[in-house]
Amino acid sequence: MHNLTIAELVQGLQSKKFTSVELTQHFLDRIAELNPDYNAVITVTAEQALKAATAADQRLAAGNAPALCGVPILHKDIFCTNGVRTSCGSKMLDNFIPPYNATVVENFEQAGAVVLGKTNMDEFAMGSSNETSFYGPVKNPWATDCVPGGSSGGSAAAVAARLAPGATATDTGGSIRQPAALCGITGLKPTYGRVSRWGMIAFASSLDQGGPMARTAEDCALLLNCMASYDDKDSTCIEREVPDYSASLNSSIKGLRIGVPKEYFSDGLNPGTETAVRSALAELEAQGAELVEISLPNSALSVPAYYVIAPAEASANLSRFDGVRYGYRCEEPKDLEDLYCRTRAEGFGEEVQRRILIGTYCLSAGYYDAYYGKAQQVRQLIQQDFATAFEQVDLIMGPTCPSPAFKFGSKGDDPVAMYLEDIYTIATNLAGLPGMSVPCGLVDNKPVGLQIIGNYFDEARMLNAAHQYQQHTEWHNAAPEGLV
Amino acid sequence: MSNWDTVIGLEVHVQLATKTKIFSGASTAFGAEPNTQACAIDLAMPGTLPVLNKQAVHYAVMFGLAIDAEIGKESAFERKNYFYPDLPKGYQTTQLEKPIVGRGQVEIQLADGSKKNIRIHHAHLEEDAGKSLHDGNFRHGVSGIDLNRAGTPLIEIVSEPDMISAEEAVAFAKKLHSIVTSIGICDGEMSQGSMRFDVNVSVKPRGSDTLGTRTETKNLNSFKFMEEAIAKEVERQIDLIEDGGSVIQETRLYNGDTKTARSMRSKEEANDYRYFPCPDLLPVIVSDETIEQLRRSMPELPDARQARFVEQYGLSEYDAGILGSDAPMAAYFETVTDQSGNAKLAANWTMGELAGRLNNEDISIGKSPVSAEQLAGMIARIADNSISGKMAKQVFEAMWAGEGSADEIIEARGLKQVSDSGALEQIVADVLAANQAMVDDYINTDEAKRKKKLGGFMGQIMKASKGQANPQQVNQILLQKLNELL
Repeated sequence: MHNLTIAELVQGLQSKKFTSVELTQHFLDRIAELNPDYNAVITVTAEQALKAATAADQRLAAGNAPALCGVPILHKDIFCTNGVRTSCGSKMLDNFIPPYNATVVENFEQAGAVVLGKTNMDEFAMGSSNETSFYGPVKNPWATDCVPGGSSGGSAAAVAARLAPGATATDTGGSIRQPAALCGITGLKPTYGRVSRWGMIAFASSLDQGGPMARTAEDCALLLNCMASYDDKDSTCIEREVPDYSASLNSSIKGLRIGVPKEYFSDGLNPGTETAVRSALAELEAQGAELVEISLPNSALSVPAYYVIAPAEASANLSRFDGVRYGYRCEEPKDLEDLYCRTRAEGFGEEVQRRILIGTYCLSAGYYDAYYGKAQQVRQLIQQDFATAFEQVDLIMGPTCPSPAFKFGSKGDDPVAMYLEDIYTIATNLAGLPGMSVPCGLVDNKPVGLQIIGNYFDEARMLNAAHQYQQHTEWHNAAPEGLV
Repeated sequence: MSNWDTVIGLEVHVQLATKTKIFSGASTAFGAEPNTQACAIDLAMPGTLPVLNKQAVHYAVMFGLAIDAEIGKESAFERKNYFYPDLPKGYQTTQLEKPIVGRGQVEIQLADGSKKNIRIHHAHLEEDAGKSLHDGNFRHGVSGIDLNRAGTPLIEIVSEPDMISAEEAVAFAKKLHSIVTSIGICDGEMSQGSMRFDVNVSVKPRGSDTLGTRTETKNLNSFKFMEEAIAKEVERQIDLIEDGGSVIQETRLYNGDTKTARSMRSKEEANDYRYFPCPDLLPVIVSDETIEQLRRSMPELPDARQARFVEQYGLSEYDAGILGSDAPMAAYFETVTDQSGNAKLAANWTMGELAGRLNNEDISIGKSPVSAEQLAGMIARIADNSISGKMAKQVFEAMWAGEGSADEIIEARGLKQVSDSGALEQIVADVLAANQAMVDDYINTDEAKRKKKLGGFMGQIMKASKGQANPQQVNQILLQKLNELL
């Protein structure tokens, strides 16, 4: 059952080939058996899951089941779950049990999905390797000595290891697409404002966006149908009808104009990755798409601009973790300053502290214009680059990341090397555009991803292209040895 | 004459009278049990997001219209970062670069009748912080935090340094109070912190063009404290300079109970607030239609109302100034006038007996034990001579004590004034007959001084009538009878 896609599971459930309780138990058993190898899931909600599965079976029997009724999923531990610990991968929130659901969690509950538990992640979504989690690193199911990518490494590894058929994730600078690429699955970061951020613990509010992870584009469409919604609790959520993302999956891509940015194939790109991406583009061309070389001239500025804006926003967003109202509090504070200093020094990990310091510095008197002000100008330039490109092309494609999964600790000493992992993904967050990653090959038996970038609210077209690609290739069905 | 000029600017925090908070649906009502009016957003729980309260925006625009200011059609919120336990998010959401209300002006009137314009630099929307409950208010040695106030909408009104005395500053503060209560955007309850003043004060040699170093005294919540704090600060600064020292830029606190001020922090210790645009909120766009709609529905402003009171009710400038400046009092006065048909008496009683009593007992006019309808009922009885002014005071006391309407009290206490001339003539005749010595004395007194003797007779007559005799009539009858004896 664990090799079936969500689309197949929905069919199996509705045609009573199996029940949701059977399915849920199967995945819970797999998590119990295999998760110790990967550390992808940090909270298992077996009891609630079986209860929800029982309810789902009743609705399925009654014939009034909503779209994802009875389908088991996992939530990234950044989404608040009513009554279930939501840690954000941090010691700071190790004891935090929210009294409310994120809108995304609520949407899946409405759609009848069964939540198996919560997935591991880089602390406060800050990281590209899942090494910054308080709960220890997640291991890549393709090579357990390698990172799964981050920050949604737990969700990606769980889907790759078939611990769940789909999972929620978030992406601030590549946190859905990079782990999806490194774990050989499909992941989509929607347009900023498409998915509600209510109840999604903030890293960098102007960049954060939730999205789905699954093995196929078809499944991502099913998940996005449920995940995307207008929410008046999030002022940045955009009021716009949610299309049926499944409806146009089978459209022909003949005549689709695909922009290939030359800046995305520069020196830093692994040759094996480049070959895989080029052959994926050739496959799409063979299906009738037209490849157009384009330029995104300010691409090189995206990483430095991001590492000013994201830490600046984070430095304010994380101020609420002060030991006063909830979460970690240091022992025996001797005064208020001691409470603040030790709570935050002990409760946050090194990378989070580094980013808070960077962000605080960038916003300080005398530095604001040189850093934050300048970065906002760069952001405009990058948006303009994309706007110009989308005058010529329908979609933009290139590699998701420079190379396949790297070994644990290999970039630990050099934060900047780690930051360059997101060199191809960050620009879309700065522009607010949707982006996705689709498996397109193996290099040293490790997956690499094709990145698809769309214009605003053009997720349906991206999913259509990805689905057509997957109809003619098998990379999305490749699985780590021993896991099929 | 002092050798020094004083320069004063004010920053005024006005709590807006919205039902819910500026970024959450929690109630803003004052006085609830600590932390019962703080929702997940107010507590800054992880993942929560702010949603702007439209009413707060409308109230801010109304203030802008009231002071004839430029309205920021696109304003923006920023985060002001600092750590404090009563600031749950670790930043205050406020406006800096693009405030909702731009330059405007407020006219004040001084005691000598002269008028002066005070320029408003801008007014911006922001959220209030919670309250720290320190030792004494809370358990010994422990500080508590009450977040009920956290997220209450405020406008902060920033004046130019246009005031030169405590008198001007207080007149300005009172005028702002009058404006915001008149247009209904603030309840004006100073004791509950609905309006709080930060006062920037500096002094400079008389006639100099160069401003001195200023200090800011924060969080004054009464006009009286403000006046005292300014006087003390001006004196302190002048003494300091005259003794060869210099004023340092600092934030100060004034304690109204001990009448002392102390330094809170100097410029060097000031926070770097690291303002930046709040990414959780969109720019606030106010359309021309909204502005016009609000302009059309603006309640009457105090200046217009005062002019109308003079015109419509024939009040003196002075009376109109007092009654017209305070919106609830003005409404009360108008109800009394409408229902009693006597503006003069309505004004006297509202400003006199009623206001004095409310002031003594620290009750707002909205919670007055004597309603406008009750007072009107009583004034009607004065006007038709059913009761005398003196009896009216008794009736007022009884109404204050909750004994019912004027008519009920007059009836229950048998207070009806005797105006029947036959009955009054009899009483006067009896009193004169019983006090022959007084009558002789009257007759033997010089004509010029006789008037002074009348009081004695009046006292006897009123006593005999148990205070119910109509004094004007008695006076007439008495004079007539005494003249007959001359």
